[in-house]
Amino acid sequence: MPLTNTNTNDLTLISRRNFLRASATAAGGLLLALYLDSPSAAQEKSQPPSKPKVYPPDAFVEIRPDGKIVIQVNRLEFGQGVHTALPMILADEMDADWSQVVAELAPAADVYKDPLFGIQLVGGSGSIAHSFQQYRELGARARALLVAAAAARWKVTPEQCRTEQSVVYGPSGQSARYAELASEAARGTVPASVTLKNPSEFRLVGKRVKRLDSGPKCDGSLKFGLDLNLTNMKVAIVAHPPVFGAKVRSFDDKEARAVEGVRDVFEIPVARGGTGVAIVADKFWPAKQGRDRLKIEWDSSGVERADTSQLWSKYRELARTRGNVAVARGDAQAVERIAASRRLVAEYEFPYLAHTPMEPLNTTVRFDGERAEVWVGSQFQTGDQAAIAEVLGLKPEQVTFHTEMAGGGFGRRATPDSHVQREAAEIAKRMRAVPVKLVWTREDDVRGGYYRPMHLHRVEIGLGADGMPAAWRHVIVGQSIIADTPFAMMMKDNIDPTTVEGVNDTQYDIPNFHLSAHHPKVNVPVLWWRSVGHTHSAFVMETLIDELAARARVDPFAYRRRLLKPEAKKLRAALDLMEAQSASWRRSLPKNHALGIACHESFGTGVACAVDVSIEKKRPRIHRATVAVNCGLAVNPLTIESQFQAGTAFGLSQLMAKGAITLRNGIVEQRNFDGYVPPYMPDAPVSVDVHIVPSTEAPSGCGEPPVPVISPAVVNALARLTGKRYRSLPLVTL
Amino acid sequence: MATYQLNVNGERKEVTVDPSTPLLWVLREEFNMTGTKYGCGISACGACTVHVAGVATRSCMLPVSLVGERPVVTIEAMGKDPVGRAVQDAWVEKDVVQCGYCQSGQIMSAVALLKHTRKPTDANIEESMGGNICRCGTYVRIREAIKTAAQRL
Repeated sequence: MPLTNTNTNDLTLISRRNFLRASATAAGGLLLALYLDSPSAAQEKSQPPSKPKVYPPDAFVEIRPDGKIVIQVNRLEFGQGVHTALPMILADEMDADWSQVVAELAPAADVYKDPLFGIQLVGGSGSIAHSFQQYRELGARARALLVAAAAARWKVTPEQCRTEQSVVYGPSGQSARYAELASEAARGTVPASVTLKNPSEFRLVGKRVKRLDSGPKCDGSLKFGLDLNLTNMKVAIVAHPPVFGAKVRSFDDKEARAVEGVRDVFEIPVARGGTGVAIVADKFWPAKQGRDRLKIEWDSSGVERADTSQLWSKYRELARTRGNVAVARGDAQAVERIAASRRLVAEYEFPYLAHTPMEPLNTTVRFDGERAEVWVGSQFQTGDQAAIAEVLGLKPEQVTFHTEMAGGGFGRRATPDSHVQREAAEIAKRMRAVPVKLVWTREDDVRGGYYRPMHLHRVEIGLGADGMPAAWRHVIVGQSIIADTPFAMMMKDNIDPTTVEGVNDTQYDIPNFHLSAHHPKVNVPVLWWRSVGHTHSAFVMETLIDELAARARVDPFAYRRRLLKPEAKKLRAALDLMEAQSASWRRSLPKNHALGIACHESFGTGVACAVDVSIEKKRPRIHRATVAVNCGLAVNPLTIESQFQAGTAFGLSQLMAKGAITLRNGIVEQRNFDGYVPPYMPDAPVSVDVHIVPSTEAPSGCGEPPVPVISPAVVNALARLTGKRYRSLPLVTL
Repeated sequence: MATYQLNVNGERKEVTVDPSTPLLWVLREEFNMTGTKYGCGISACGACTVHVAGVATRSCMLPVSLVGERPVVTIEAMGKDPVGRAVQDAWVEKDVVQCGYCQSGQIMSAVALLKHTRKPTDANIEESMGGNICRCGTYVRIREAIKTAAQRL
């Protein structure tokens, strides 16, 4: 539900369009599912839409006597920078002294739910887009309370006062620091409506503001969830079934229990109806040694043993048939009437991908029988809290939930089934009153499922006499991420929107466009992986468009521009800016280097990318990338620059020679970073320059949009160097 | 179980653990020095990098029984080391970190590089930093920060 307010400037409220866009993402599905079920949301829903929700500033801002201003961040921080950006937004409207601002990650609580989703979740690149207005209003209300307190003290009107750097100034030279006014302000009435700044009045928003968490992340003092050390805490590791959903038939724990420091060994339920064996020890190492010494007989009867090579055959067959129809524009058969010489058929394969955030998954739970306390770097507090409560027979509000700083996530810390948290709760239930930290080792993480699904795309294109696509028939095969989860109600016409996003809403104007999708059921848990469907859809669209441009002997910029819809203004502006900013180096590429470009819009943000690529040691070497971003108002351009620089490296995970998860006879073949290898420094671009399209439109996402464009841009450059088209990822050979 | 005397950040520390216990877990769980991170346990990601006798070393596969007298230096001591301080300052100035989990290891690798090579080339940087994974992908800024620190040393 969009917030409304007496917003007098031209920064629009979160628009209906954005709302719909958000709901077309993975995270948005949760909105629909849980929003309707939640009593508080139902209550909000019954309110007339004109009545805005007034968030209590005291839940978000604390002014301490020493002048420190502590701001609660209602999202997980795991690299994306909300721990700095949301406080900037609030502090700006509040006219707080930025040097005194301290940010804290908020616990799980109703007041911290995403104003659009109605749940506490980081997803859909929505943190700033959804909470920009909310945090501005919070800051403006806090300021109004302080000004009212000062005005009352000086017997003047609030309009006669002004504020700057945590000080209120009166008309006759009076001044009072916010800290002095805080207790009087707290007794005031929170105004229902406030006037927000014009963009020209921003002091922090739009400036390159450095992160608040840099120092403690550089000296080792910042505590992540895995660093937690509570009194009497134990560490647990779980032996997971080798095949998803398999159960323990029997186990021998004699040797495991003989390890000094091992305290308990017991069977627990794990994801997908399987069971595993938990080892609880004083420390990590004895727990690990204990697990290594367990002898377990597994029962995988009745459980499908997924095998990726067999799945590819099945997917290839499926792709030759029409799936559930997502888009049918014009004539679906048009492609068949176009002469074979002007037709192109392309099949693309994308493997399972693991997220492998650097901080291995973990959750700490203490359960005393009546209440529980939880510490976890969670992207999805509402769901994780409810899951833990369910396992422990508690109500969610009986579970005190601390949001810990997390070492990356990329979607992996937002699981609809909260399977890691359920394991931790099962262990805590048995270890009554003892805090237990469950650690997933890297092997558990790589082998543990919840992957970006594997996909096969089959595209048939018929070209017009002008070399532009006249007919486009596209079939996507891939598991649904949201089917059989609370998000399932977001399925539309039996299609998971996260499978087809980036194709169904392509910014290209293609007549006779037909898109359908198959969602095979496979016994491999799948999950959103940073930018979700766009990870594969952008690759298909942008490599095909490039190929068509080459075939038509048209410049790839000109071809794209000609094909972009007139209304694709956001993406077009990004493409224009990228073209201008890369002009100098594009025209003087060294010998054996090639240019590759790609552009794509996702999560409301238009992105265009150009890369300078050569081949070194049979691998792509990316000398330079120029990225242009159109994300509406840039709240923190420094963070945006960082996200887009580093996001290119993350996106290149897809191209790594060992960048695939494969299964043989139900068993994942990779174990750790030796078999599943993310990009290292030499695999990433040597330099990335990021350019932001100036805008005062409402901000859109910057967490996921860096990812989709880089892989197709690099592969488009490779195609120029080798003459080959790369349609199967990862890039095992060039 | 056996008892070991270690020299960590210039201090004598005693610990009684299983001889196979990696130095990483001794630092993290016995000494509560959690700045050194667990990332993979197979020396493939560099999150656990410390200096052992001045050499950047993956502590996740080094059994405590093999450390011996060699001095161990961790991220917690970098603020007092001139090169460490310069690197940390450059990291903050260049706003390098994102999630930050790998950065202790990145900084320890960078400091080891700069102690041996005061003016590293791009090739030196890639070679020394090439075993540290940053999953967020902050490599461009890591490279810039190393160059910034090198200019000041």
